[in-house]
Amino acid sequence: MKKYHLPLGLIGLFIVLTGASSLDLFSDYIQTVLIYMGINVILTVSLNLVNGYMGEFSVGHAGFMAIGAYITAIITTRVIPHFVFGAPLIPTGLYPPEVGTWAEGPVVHLVFPVILLIGGLGAALAGLLVAVPSFKIRGDYLAIITLAFNYIVKSAFENTQALGGSRGLTSIPRITTVPWVFFWAAVSLWAIRNFIYSSYGRGVLAIREDEIAAQLMTVNTRRSKILAFCTSSFFAGIGGGLLAHLLLYINPSTFSIFKSTEVLVMVYLGGMSSVSGSLLGAIAYTGLVEVLRPLDLWKWVLIPLLLIFLMLFRREGIYGGREFKFLLPKEEVRAYAAASD
Amino acid sequence: MPLLQIENLTHFFGGLRAVSNFEAQIEKGEIVGLIGPNGAGKTTIFNLICGLYRPTEGKITLNGANIAGLPAHEVASTGVGRTFQNLRLFRNLTVLHNIKIAQYSQINYSLADAFLRTKHYQEEEKKAEERAYQLLDTLSISHYANQLALNLPYGDQRRVEMARAMALKPKLLLLDEPTAGMSPAEMMRMAELIEEIKEKFDLTIFLIEHRMRVVMGICERIVAIDFGALIGQGTPDQIRNDPKVKKAYLGEEVVM
Repeated sequence: MKKYHLPLGLIGLFIVLTGASSLDLFSDYIQTVLIYMGINVILTVSLNLVNGYMGEFSVGHAGFMAIGAYITAIITTRVIPHFVFGAPLIPTGLYPPEVGTWAEGPVVHLVFPVILLIGGLGAALAGLLVAVPSFKIRGDYLAIITLAFNYIVKSAFENTQALGGSRGLTSIPRITTVPWVFFWAAVSLWAIRNFIYSSYGRGVLAIREDEIAAQLMTVNTRRSKILAFCTSSFFAGIGGGLLAHLLLYINPSTFSIFKSTEVLVMVYLGGMSSVSGSLLGAIAYTGLVEVLRPLDLWKWVLIPLLLIFLMLFRREGIYGGREFKFLLPKEEVRAYAAASD
Repeated sequence: MPLLQIENLTHFFGGLRAVSNFEAQIEKGEIVGLIGPNGAGKTTIFNLICGLYRPTEGKITLNGANIAGLPAHEVASTGVGRTFQNLRLFRNLTVLHNIKIAQYSQINYSLADAFLRTKHYQEEEKKAEERAYQLLDTLSISHYANQLALNLPYGDQRRVEMARAMALKPKLLLLDEPTAGMSPAEMMRMAELIEEIKEKFDLTIFLIEHRMRVVMGICERIVAIDFGALIGQGTPDQIRNDPKVKKAYLGEEVVM
């Protein structure tokens, strides 16, 4: 029965969260913070796959978020209203007021996961476009290419008037709730963990350790890298979709290089090559930003200072290279205990 | 048909002719040594065989199939295992994971199986793990299975590298200076180990070695090169008395 403890616990927590949020036990503020934490967990663990486990350096995570966010928001604000109300796909003026009403019934919670998956797949496809040329060459090029990608995506959306240009998309229905973010965060942690401990993931680890040796051990290094990168982009897209339906409006500057940097900070804070570290890093960083909110501008002096001290005194981050037992596959638990002796 | 046949192999690094018209044949079940002075091109030949370099010219066939110019991971899957002069273990991973990585192309499950940890995934992983433990047992290093590779003593790291190469189920095993950095006692144990795994896994071995006691002791045949070209081949005794080989190692006057 022990093997069911974790799934049962998660389902229980999901139900509790659903109950708590439908009974308004949390204030709106707390709910928003919790949602941010969940989204940041998704973004951090997915970036850790590339920057930690694969040892490459991607700095354009927000670009993939943007793609997920725009795709999902286009579906919820335009495609669905178009088919339900016959609203124009590209609105000329303000949206008709009934546009958001489709998202008020319970049915939206059945549709939304599908929409998010579409957004994720779109982001994964963009990841493929970046990965195919980048992984032909070795070294630091990925950082430059992803940086460029982030800017290209941002300015492409800024200059597409049909998508609102730099004003972006508005009137996005609020669908992202605490339980759903919890669900998606759990799914991302679980999926990425499973990937890492599979043969595909071991290939990725081998690349980080020694790419030449990996090739000679039959690892198709190029395919492995592309696979890991697309998986990472997929979850960035999911995170972007969830964010769009929390913020209720998105514009290109939401997904600037600053957003990418923020995710990088959470990865390094939590620790490289650790799913548990990403979980901790995202929660700690999001919490810290909120706790220090009264300090106003000084917050942005204190947080970078904390990071500098972290790098000086604890370079591996909060939990780098280590894992919580409950996040390890059961067959790895014993091995993990032996290796960390 | 020889297991490995190398014909007219030539490789340039820019303008430098690193390997020039090298020829060799290795029959199934042989242990063949590759010797030559420093910089003669021994490791380059290994790198050409296992696909790290694309030969400028020439043909390399394994079991009759041309492998020259194939990417390294495909050459490895066709049955060429390799160890390195300076160990190239996945240092921050456990010994068991090192072995399992070498089973990459033998483990068959889809990405969906991996994400969902299906029954098929569990079975394949279990199979891989059992085989990995068998190999570790054979090389008597299974007690290290869950240790990080970098924490092992040097001699045992060499054994892990050997086990990792064996996990590829190779037909041909390329050993690049398997006794480098070892004490004489460790060296003799390694020589015994090479002969033992050769028998046990029905292998063909091509090895680079500087220590003549090992080469002369375990190799049935020796290929000698200098400046990337073949200068002699034959039994250890023939090579020992080959004037061209002596000249390459000792210089002109000694031979005169």
